[in-house]
Amino acid sequence: MNSLRKYLDRIKPNFEPGGKLHAFQSVFDGFETFLFTPTTTSTSGVNIHDSLDSKRVMIIVVLALIPCLLFGMYNAGYQHWLAIGATHFPFWELLAYGFLALLPRLIVSYVVGLGIEFMVAQWRKEEIQEGFLVSGILIPLICPIDIPLWMLAVATAISVVFVKEVFGGTGYNIFNVALVTRAILFFGYPSKMSGDSAFVPTHSICGLGEGTLVDGFSGATPLGQVATNIGDTISITDVAGNAISLWDMFLGLIPGCVGETSTLCILIGAFILLATGIASWRIMLSVFAGGLVMATIAHALATPTYPVSMLTPLEQLCLGGFAFAAVYMATDPVTASRTNPGKYIYGFLIGVIAILIRTYNNGYPEGAMLAVLLMNSFAPLIDYTVVQNNIRRRLRRLNAKAE
Amino acid sequence: MATDNKNLSALINPLSKDNPVIVQILGICSCLAVTAKLEPAFVMGISVIAVLAFANVIISLLRNTIPTNIRIIVQLVVVAGLVVIVNQLLMAYQYDVSKQLSVFIGLIVTNCILMGRLEAFAMSNKPWPSFLDGIGNGVGYAIILIIVAFFRELLGSGTLWGYQVIPQNWYDHGYANNGLMILPPMALIVVACIIWVHRSYNKDLQE
Repeated sequence: MNSLRKYLDRIKPNFEPGGKLHAFQSVFDGFETFLFTPTTTSTSGVNIHDSLDSKRVMIIVVLALIPCLLFGMYNAGYQHWLAIGATHFPFWELLAYGFLALLPRLIVSYVVGLGIEFMVAQWRKEEIQEGFLVSGILIPLICPIDIPLWMLAVATAISVVFVKEVFGGTGYNIFNVALVTRAILFFGYPSKMSGDSAFVPTHSICGLGEGTLVDGFSGATPLGQVATNIGDTISITDVAGNAISLWDMFLGLIPGCVGETSTLCILIGAFILLATGIASWRIMLSVFAGGLVMATIAHALATPTYPVSMLTPLEQLCLGGFAFAAVYMATDPVTASRTNPGKYIYGFLIGVIAILIRTYNNGYPEGAMLAVLLMNSFAPLIDYTVVQNNIRRRLRRLNAKAE
Repeated sequence: MATDNKNLSALINPLSKDNPVIVQILGICSCLAVTAKLEPAFVMGISVIAVLAFANVIISLLRNTIPTNIRIIVQLVVVAGLVVIVNQLLMAYQYDVSKQLSVFIGLIVTNCILMGRLEAFAMSNKPWPSFLDGIGNGVGYAIILIIVAFFRELLGSGTLWGYQVIPQNWYDHGYANNGLMILPPMALIVVACIIWVHRSYNKDLQE
């Protein structure tokens, strides 16, 4: 640690104005403050700071995403082995396969996103903003594992520029950057983002996972299967054709986007976020409450016209991106409501709308992404209403006292 | 010379510095609707140029006889008459395009650029400058329409004017058209990009 500090101090003059590497000043500054908590103090305004600045916050969110990331890698391997009809599943090979499948996506998303952030920061002569640390890992986690790299790069670039930088960078964006990336992919390249073939990797990577696909292979996600289900009973099967139980859905060995399948790992992440006080428990709780209420209503009115309504509320919460959106997306402090009563309203409506879209719109098997994006745009309005209500109430109290 | 310069600026200004779409932000609705392909955008541009130029001339000729309190109705009648003529011409000679444009030719009547120019220019200027102003604003509108349509058709369908531009080879190697480009929201983003580029060259327009 000490030698690193000394090394940084030694090369620092190069990046100061007049130094030969002055053009990369913001890059250096970004890395320095990333590695060490800055020692500088503010000269005006608030003078007492927690050491938990936004870089440290981001790191904790990334840590909370690690369980989902690792499980997503393993699951990618597992789904592929199932698809080639394997009967035994070597743990490390599965994990290595998933790692090799996911790594390029992670690299592309970070290189493109951070590249743009670095360029913009240097161009505006500002410090590098750290918001993309989390977005960069979220983006591959909410996309199908086989998404072509160039599509990921295009969508990430559009999203970072138009959702974040034009609004002024980290902390000023109206919409969640990672979710907009997914929305761009979803509407721009629907064939790669949904359907039977998007969610299960079918190629061998570096000699891992050689084999031919089993006959009648279908890699549709459980929600995708349910959306096209016909008849009074629902049958959800995995890639090899075996039925999926509620426990499987909870554990997450099902086809789906990389990070969203395992509700268990998401709950571990949620625990980390809540224990460290990073994410708002109000939002998380109310998203699940909203989802539960809407799923219960839908289940009570179950009809084969809308097959998703025949799922039990618990299945609804475990399947698809609902839990992931509730824990990692809805709680994004920048795009969520900031007032406490507002957080309850915001979260509850996300839960309700997510299940509503998923159940009553057969065109979209999953609604969590659209629900969060929709409520992102309403968050300022909710806050405004809450604040105005508060002012009105206190004004009334004051007037009553004055009389 | 002075009048010549004024006429010239009536023609030239709307092309860039005073562009109806990207500076005055008028006529955005039709920008969303007709720019998914280049051909309808081009035809729409021509139609607006024709309607705007002749409406300007007619209103300018009538400007001293129109009672002020019913002037909007008179303007509307003139524009509506011209739009019907254009629509009939299109149906007669460009039936396929007129089917693609469907109601949007009729909706030229409600295009803000029309009313804006009639109110702001034709009501207080002589016919010849009004004609030039109509042409200038129409062309300014058409240019933006064509630029937007160019990018939307190229990236959204891989074609230009209906001809395949992106080679089949690319598709075989995994290239795919961006479906988002066909959807109206992308037209807004493309217009925003044009405004972005335009304002960064014209610093005096920046707010």
